[in-house]
Amino acid sequence: MSAGSRIKPDEVREIATLSRLRLSDEEVAALTQDLDSILGYVAELSALDMTGVEPMTHAVPFDCPLRADEVRPSLPLEEALANAPRREASFFQVPRIVPGPSGGGGEEDL
Amino acid sequence: MTAPASPVHPKYEVVIGLEVHVQLATRSKIFSWSSTAFGAEPNTQTDPVCLGMPGTLPVLNAAAVEAAVRLGLAAGCAIRPRCRFSRKHYFYPDLPKGFQISQFDEPICEGGAIKFRLHGEPRSVRLTRIHMEEDAGKNLHAAAGVSFVDYNRAGVPLCEIVSEPDVRSAEEAAEYVRAIRSLVRYLGIGDGNMEEGSLRCDANVSLRLHGAKEYGTKAEIKNMNSFKNVRDAVEYEVKRQASLLDKGERVVQETRLWDASRGVTQSMRSKEQAHDYKYFPEPDLPPLVVDEAYLARVRASQPELPEDRFARYTGPDGLSPQDAGVLVADRETAAYFDAVVAAGAPGKKAANWVINEVLARVTDPRELGEAALPVPAVALAELVSLIEGGTLSGKLGKDVFAKMWAGKRSAGDIVKAEGLTQVSDAGALEEACRRVVAAHPDEAARFKDSPKLMGFFVGAVMKETGGKANPKAVNEILRRLLG
Amino acid sequence: MIDPRASTSTIAAIAPGVRAGKVRAREVAEAYLERIAREDAALGCYVRVDAEGARRSADAVDAAVKAGRDPGPLAGVPLGIKDIFCTKGVETTCASRILRGFVPPYESTVTARLAAAGAVSLGKLNMDEFAMGSSNENSAVGTVKNPWSLAHVPGGSSGGSAAAVAASLCLGATGTDTGGSIRQPAALCGVVGIKPTYGRVSRYGVIAFASSLDHPGPFARTVEDTAALLEVMAGPDPLDATSVPQPVGAYAKAARAGREGLHGVRVGVPAEYFAAGMDPEIEAAVRAAHEELARAGATLVPVSLPHTKYAIATYYLVCTAEASSNLARYDGVKYGARAADPRSLEDLYSRTRGEGFGREPKRRIMLGTYVLRAGYYEAYYGKALRARRKIADDFAAAFAKCDVLVTATSPVPAFKFGERMGDPLQMYLADVLTVAPNLAGIPALALPCGFTSTRLPIGLQVMGPPLGEEACFRVAGAYESRTSWHEQRPPDVGGAK
Ligand SMILES: [Mg+2]
Ligand SMILES: [Zn+2]
Repeated sequence: MSAGSRIKPDEVREIATLSRLRLSDEEVAALTQDLDSILGYVAELSALDMTGVEPMTHAVPFDCPLRADEVRPSLPLEEALANAPRREASFFQVPRIVPGPSGGGGEEDL
Repeated sequence: MTAPASPVHPKYEVVIGLEVHVQLATRSKIFSWSSTAFGAEPNTQTDPVCLGMPGTLPVLNAAAVEAAVRLGLAAGCAIRPRCRFSRKHYFYPDLPKGFQISQFDEPICEGGAIKFRLHGEPRSVRLTRIHMEEDAGKNLHAAAGVSFVDYNRAGVPLCEIVSEPDVRSAEEAAEYVRAIRSLVRYLGIGDGNMEEGSLRCDANVSLRLHGAKEYGTKAEIKNMNSFKNVRDAVEYEVKRQASLLDKGERVVQETRLWDASRGVTQSMRSKEQAHDYKYFPEPDLPPLVVDEAYLARVRASQPELPEDRFARYTGPDGLSPQDAGVLVADRETAAYFDAVVAAGAPGKKAANWVINEVLARVTDPRELGEAALPVPAVALAELVSLIEGGTLSGKLGKDVFAKMWAGKRSAGDIVKAEGLTQVSDAGALEEACRRVVAAHPDEAARFKDSPKLMGFFVGAVMKETGGKANPKAVNEILRRLLG
Repeated sequence: MIDPRASTSTIAAIAPGVRAGKVRAREVAEAYLERIAREDAALGCYVRVDAEGARRSADAVDAAVKAGRDPGPLAGVPLGIKDIFCTKGVETTCASRILRGFVPPYESTVTARLAAAGAVSLGKLNMDEFAMGSSNENSAVGTVKNPWSLAHVPGGSSGGSAAAVAASLCLGATGTDTGGSIRQPAALCGVVGIKPTYGRVSRYGVIAFASSLDHPGPFARTVEDTAALLEVMAGPDPLDATSVPQPVGAYAKAARAGREGLHGVRVGVPAEYFAAGMDPEIEAAVRAAHEELARAGATLVPVSLPHTKYAIATYYLVCTAEASSNLARYDGVKYGARAADPRSLEDLYSRTRGEGFGREPKRRIMLGTYVLRAGYYEAYYGKALRARRKIADDFAAAFAKCDVLVTATSPVPAFKFGERMGDPLQMYLADVLTVAPNLAGIPALALPCGFTSTRLPIGLQVMGPPLGEEACFRVAGAYESRTSWHEQRPPDVGGAK
C-alpha cells in the first residue's frame, strides 16, 4: 500500500479524541505519517498462520494468587489528597461534570 | 402479593433484560486493602491501589471470589474453571485508572437462572452471566461549576448479574430484583440495600408486537434506587415507547435516567452513546482458577436457599404458598420460623404468629435475626404451646403476646402473674352458664329460632369469667342448657 | 579512600568491607556524591540527587554495624534508581511533564528491598519518558550523554542507569526493560544488565508502561555485582499478582562458578540473530565471544528461532495497546500536572494529556487506542497475542537443544543524538534483538564484549529459559573472567560541557 493509505488525518483526530489528547495540526500530520508507516509494518503479521494458536496474554503460566480479606490502614486523608492538582475540603475537585457512564449510584448532588 | 399484576399491553409484548450490580460485603476492597465500610468521611478509605496511583497493582481478594462463586452456585450457573479479568476503558473522574477491572469474554459464572414467584406463579429468569468487577468512586456535583470526587467506594467488589431478556413486565422486573436481594442476603454476601447503592439495577426495555420474533430497539434505564423505582421507571418507559410506536415513530437506542421526583425517564444526551470500551485481558492478573475441590468446599457450606425453603414449607400438609412466600422472603424470617417450629410449635400456627404478629411489629424483617428481639423464637413457641394445651384462649394469647413484646417477659410468667389461666373446670363453668341463662330469659326463649344468639351467650359467659373461660367447653354447656 | 573508578570498587568488595566495619558507608556515599557533583553536569544521568537521604541511610548502616547488627548483604552500596521506581516522599516523574511534582506515598518493592539490604540510594536517574525509547532522547527533563562519547546516546530507556554505572556515578542501578531498555543501554554504555524472567522481580511501585512486558532489573559493572543486586531485588511479592512464587536462585554463586569453565554447557547460536543490517564490527565481536565460550568448554549449537522476524511487529502491537491503557490514569485529577483553567471536563482531560505527554507516549497511546478499538482488536491485538505465543514456542524449542542463547544485544553501537529521531519505525527496528525475550518472558543478560574502532562499547546478550537466570550468570561470568572489557573506564568529563 502507498503512504497515507492506511490512515487519514480525520481518523487520527478521531483516535485523539478517544484518547483524550489535544493535538495541534502539525502533530496530527506527523502522527498520520507515523501511524501509517507503523501500521504498514505490522501488517506483516497477516502472513502468519494462526489457526489453533492460543493467545498469549501473560508471559509466565501461573494462576491468579488470592489475598486474604484483611483491612489495612487507609492512606491518611492528607496523603491521599497531597498530590491532587486541585482539592476542595476532603475532595478531589474537577470541572462540573454531566452524569456519565458510571450512571446510577455514583452521582449525587451536593 | 399486594399490587395487582401489570396489565398485559394489548398490542405490544414488553421485553426486559436487567443488569444488577451487587456490592459484596467483604471487609477490604476487591484488589486492595482499604476498608469497604459505607458512610465514612470522603476519601478516608483509600490506598495507593484503589486511587490508581502509578505503579500500583491489583491483588484479588479471596472473599470476593468466594462470594461470586456462592452466588453463581445458588443461581445454578456454570462456574468457569478458568476465568479472566479484562480492562474496560472510559475516562471519567470516578474511575481512577481510566479503566475498570472487570470481566469480559471469560466471566466467572455463565448461565443459570433467578427463580421467584409472581402472584404465586413460579418464574425463572435466565442469566447470561455473573461477573466480578470493581466499583467506581462517587462524583458529587456542587453548585459553582465544579464537581467533587470521593474514592471511598472505588474498588468495592461487585458482582454484575446480567439477565436474558426474559422479564415481561415492570412488576416482574421489580420482583426479579427483590429475588436477587433475597438471595444475596441469604448467602450473606451483601446487604442488598438499594437506597445506599449496594444493590443497583439497570433495565434494558424494548417492545415488540405480540408474536413478533425480532426484538425492538431497546433503551437502557439507569438510576432506579428502590424496588418502586424499578417498577415505576419501567412502567413509564413502556408507556413512552408504546406511544412512540403507536405514532409510527422509532425508539432511539440510548441510555435514559429515571427521575423519581418527576416520574419520567430522560435521555442522558451525553457522549456516552458512542462508547468503545476497548476491552483487553488484564495483564496484571493471571487467569483465576476455580477447581472442583474449591467448588466442593463452597457447596458444602451453602445455606438453604429461598426456593428450597419454599418447597420444604409447602410440602404435603404444609403452608399455603402465600404464607410460605412471606416466610422465605428474608433469611432471618425463615430462620426464626424454623426455630419456632423446632421448639415445638405446629407449622401452620407458627406461621400465623410469625406473619401476623411478629412481622407486623418490625420495620425490617432482618430484625428477626437480632439477639435483642423482644420475643425470641423459643418464647413464641412457649406461647403457642400454652394455647395449644388449652391454658390460654387465642384471644388471651394475643394479649399475652403484646405484653411479651412490650416487656420482654415469657408467656408463662405473664400467665402466672396475672392469673390468666383459662377456666376449664366443668363445675365452675356450669355455674357461670346457668347464671347467664337465668339473667337473660328473653334471649333464652328466642334461642331455638335464632341460634345466632349463641355468640351473645358465649360473650356474656366470657365477661362473667373475666375472659378466662374455655370457649369450647362453654359452647357445649350452653347448647345443653338452652337446647 | 574510595575511588569509584577503581577496579576494586565493586559491590563484591565494598559491601563486605562495610559489613565488617572496615569501610564506613558514609565514606562511600560521600565519594560517590562528590563524583556526581563533579561529573554529572556533563552527563545528565541524575534527575534528582538525594544527598541528604543518601547520608541518612549511610549513617544508619554505619550505626547498625557499630551496634553489632547486620546491615544486610548490600551494606553501604551506593545505587542510582531509575525514576520509574516510586520512592516514598521523593518526587517520581518517569521523566514526564505529566507527573511533575508527584511524590508517591508508597515505596516500590524493589527499592524497599534494596534499602532493607543496606543499599544507599544516591538519587533518581534519567530515562526516556515512561520508558518509551531507545536513546534517552525522549526524556522531558534533559538528555543523558554516553560517557564513552558525549556526542552519542547512552541508549534507552534506562539510559541514565547505564551511563551512571559506566561513569562510576554509582556502584549499581535499577532499570526496567520492556523491549530491551536494560540490555540495550547496558550494551551501548559497556556495563552489565539483566532482564530476569517475567515476574522474577516485583513490578509493585514500578510505573507501568506495558504491564505484560515490563521487567525490572539491575545494572552493575560486573556480572557478579549484577547477580548480587538481583538476589536482593528478586522474589515473590504479595503486592504483585504476576510475581513468580519460586524461591530466588544463587545468582552470584553461579556467576563465580562460571570462572571454573563451561564444560557441559550448550550455547545456542540462533541464525536469525545475525541478519542483514547488523554492524560488521558487532557481528565480529559476537562471533569472537562464541569462540571464547567454546574455549571455556562450552559446546556451540546452531539453533533456529523462525518467528524472530515477527517480533518487532508483535512487540509494538502489544506494548502500545497496554501503554494506551496504563497511561489513561494521567488525567489531571488525582496527581501530577493539570492544564490551566480547564473549561470543562473534556477540556481538562485533553489539554492535560495533550500538554503533559511528549511525542513518543502520544504516538504509542494513539497506536494502542487504534488497535484496541472495537472491530480492530482481532486484526491487530488478537493476532499479536497469537504471534507472541509462536515466538515463545520458538524459544522453548531452542532450549530443548541448548542451555543458553548467545547473541548480540544491539545490532548497532551507540548512535549520535538526533540521528534517528526523525523516523520512529527505524528506531523501533533497532530493538530487533531484544524484544523477543520480553514477549517470551525469558531472562536475558547483556555484558560488554568489545569496542568498535571508534571506541564505542559492544554488548553480548545471554538468554536463558524461564527461571534460567543462573545459567545466564554462569555463562556471563565465564566470559567476563576470560576478558577485560569490564575493567575499562570511559574518560572523566569533569566540568566538560
Ligand atoms: Mg454492564
Ligand atoms: Zn458493571
